[in-house]
Amino acid sequence: MRFARRLWRFPGGLRLAGNKAMSLATPLVEASLPDRLILPLRQHIGAPAEPRVAVGQSVRKGEILAQAREYVSAPVHAPTSGRVVAIGEHPVPHPSGLSAPCIELAPDGEDRWDDGLDVPEDPSSLSPAELRARIRAAGIVGLGGAVFPSAVKLTPGPQQVIDTLVINGVECEPYITCDDTLMQTRPRDVVEGARVLRLLVGAARCILAVEDNKPQAAQALRRALSGEAAESNEPRDGIEVIQVPTRFPAGGEKQLIRVLTGREVPRSGLPLHIGVVCLNVGTTAAVYDAVFRRRPLISRIVTVTGPGVRRPRNLLVRLGTPLSYLIEQAGGYAIERPRLTMGGPMMGLALSDDTLPITKATNCVLVEPQPAAARTLPCIRCGACVDVCPVRLLPQQLYWFAQSGQYDKARGHGVFDCIECGCCAHVCPSNIPLVQYYRNAKSEIAAAERERSRAERSRQRHEMRQQRLEREQAARKARRRPAARSTTEAGQS
Amino acid sequence: MMPSAAGTPSLAPGARVGAVMREVIYALIPAVAVGVWWFGWGVVVNLALAAATALAAEALMLAVRGRPVWLFLGDASALVTALLLAFAIPPLAPWWLIVFGTAFAIIAAKHLYGGLGFNPFNPAMVGYVLLLVSFPREMSTWPAAIGPGVAASPLGIQDVLSLVFSGHAGTGLTVDAVSSATPLDAVRTGVGLGHAVDAVRAGGAFGHIGGKGTEWVNLAVLGGGLWLLARRIIGWQIPLALLATLAGLSGLFHLSDPARYADPLFHLSTGASLLGAFFIATDPVSAATTPRGRLFYGAGIGAITYVIRTWGGYPDGIAFAVLLMNLAAPTIDQYTRPRLFGERSGG
Repeated sequence: MRFARRLWRFPGGLRLAGNKAMSLATPLVEASLPDRLILPLRQHIGAPAEPRVAVGQSVRKGEILAQAREYVSAPVHAPTSGRVVAIGEHPVPHPSGLSAPCIELAPDGEDRWDDGLDVPEDPSSLSPAELRARIRAAGIVGLGGAVFPSAVKLTPGPQQVIDTLVINGVECEPYITCDDTLMQTRPRDVVEGARVLRLLVGAARCILAVEDNKPQAAQALRRALSGEAAESNEPRDGIEVIQVPTRFPAGGEKQLIRVLTGREVPRSGLPLHIGVVCLNVGTTAAVYDAVFRRRPLISRIVTVTGPGVRRPRNLLVRLGTPLSYLIEQAGGYAIERPRLTMGGPMMGLALSDDTLPITKATNCVLVEPQPAAARTLPCIRCGACVDVCPVRLLPQQLYWFAQSGQYDKARGHGVFDCIECGCCAHVCPSNIPLVQYYRNAKSEIAAAERERSRAERSRQRHEMRQQRLEREQAARKARRRPAARSTTEAGQS
Repeated sequence: MMPSAAGTPSLAPGARVGAVMREVIYALIPAVAVGVWWFGWGVVVNLALAAATALAAEALMLAVRGRPVWLFLGDASALVTALLLAFAIPPLAPWWLIVFGTAFAIIAAKHLYGGLGFNPFNPAMVGYVLLLVSFPREMSTWPAAIGPGVAASPLGIQDVLSLVFSGHAGTGLTVDAVSSATPLDAVRTGVGLGHAVDAVRAGGAFGHIGGKGTEWVNLAVLGGGLWLLARRIIGWQIPLALLATLAGLSGLFHLSDPARYADPLFHLSTGASLLGAFFIATDPVSAATTPRGRLFYGAGIGAITYVIRTWGGYPDGIAFAVLLMNLAAPTIDQYTRPRLFGERSGG
């Protein structure tokens, strides 16, 4: 019997065509090894990792290539055994299109694990601190796309009480099916990982959330949870599988927490401030690998899909694999002038070329035809964007402020609350690229902020110097005064 | 500064302003048909004159302002302005009235303020009010029910055209001969002379609940409006708030003195109440744009309309009410920002 469970709604949102079937037609396979892996030192939010290897050095699979020095950072491991051939700048997937420091590795084809890795382990023997250290050392970051270091997220601090752990398998963006594939192929690992994580954060309950357009994934998780035979919807060990209505962006952290618990993450707060920790299913499986099998994060499932590739599919890919190599394994380009997106069509990152490497953030490579140049009309303030905004912003007002450079007003109207989901631009009858305007406004405001604090610092420096000079001058005067007075007196007489 | 449109989201299906405007036009077709049935071909002549003037004025202004003429003509917003204005001008009115009003609406009220998306006032209502205050006699000479559907000897298209272009038809017919007071006008004058509303409404210009003929036109307008609502071309806030406020106020006064104040159904079914609620006040460019703000905006129009109809100097008040609330829209938006997700209520 399925017991009814109350779900809430988030504001706005859209029902989108899923386009997910095309990449699910072929089963998951492991992508073959390219002859060169390019590993950016920063594949996460936070400080870049610092290289621990030299050019020419041989490394084994899973060995640390670059270590995390800062608290908010993550190490980078060798995805296979081989030789370090270069450490330097290489183009990386980033909105700026710029290059960043990377380590280049030439695989030796032996794929040999480093000592002490890839061995079974019983995590119940590990203390919470040891577990967090394992997760951190394994280089695990949020694999849903946000790539925030998971160990930091799993360290809520002593005064925060966490009652709910959410494992996010919603995957609401069209085309992407890597999490669906993971839940169908490794349901038990996801469930085992969730068990460990629930105890680690001390949550009374754990919810495995799946969008209701993925019944097979939900079924697989339920079976894994309740034992092979019976598929039951009863919570077990405080863990339950909940299917949430398919509505973009239900997979956004704040939106999903709202749907499952009715709570709203405060504007400038974190989920843990309302007693919730939320992790992606891929991250959960990576945690399983780290604590049950001593494997660092060196590969991930990537959906290579869209009308622009011959055989859309999911591939288990070593980090650092060049996009072009991956697209080959999906049958190659099916069109002349492809347009590449890392991530989904709504929130993904438009890529400049296919030499860029797969990183921890790459859940999907979408290949579409270049869009026809679409004409943009003026905003008619119809408010279609207001109806779909999941943050209850007024996108038409934000647009007005952003395009006229009134950044203070844009900020006052909550431009930093914008999650860039793209719903507003999707429904805009005037075809205005609204999200680009907001991104632009955000970066302009951030730049002005930096400028202001730099100006403030130099003003302070200037004032200090001024004061010092005045003090010195006053001191000099004081020393000279008796002498001066005597000269004047002498002149008068 | 203009960001590249090549980023995500990439699913956007392209500009659809024209499609939205065209749906508004389709929604008015039933009302046009019923209008012709009751009031004759003058309705169509009005529409044709207004549409031709609007397109010509729009093209001229786009060319003068150096904008892509065909792209913007395709958005059909000038046609919507023309249609609404044509509805508000009496059929059989002299041709220059329509041409002047429409040209002023497009040239001054729309393009001098920056064109599509930038006009603070509803262009059709600016044109209407200009005509109303400049040519009150022509603007209040409404024909009686003389259409081919109801009259024993309806005016032929020839007669209509010569009335519109020369003021009289070959048979010695003039516009005054076929005109009659509008229901709102009759009630206003009658009550002013001390007659009871019921007594006034026994006259020939009245139908079952509103004006003879106009009540049917307005029923068709209501149908078109509900269709737009169902198609989500317009939101429910403005029409509902407008009509509810108008009905509520008229109901309150009607209950207090039925002889002096007409009932809510009369107010809803006469004049431009329904056209205003569904087609005029919902013009997004000049309306309030926050969900809550649209409730205040609609309610304001309803209230001002009732005040003008009952105590003001004009029989109907929709146009003035819309323009006054256009003026208030930016302020309303300022104070009705929705609570952001994760924002504490009141904070």
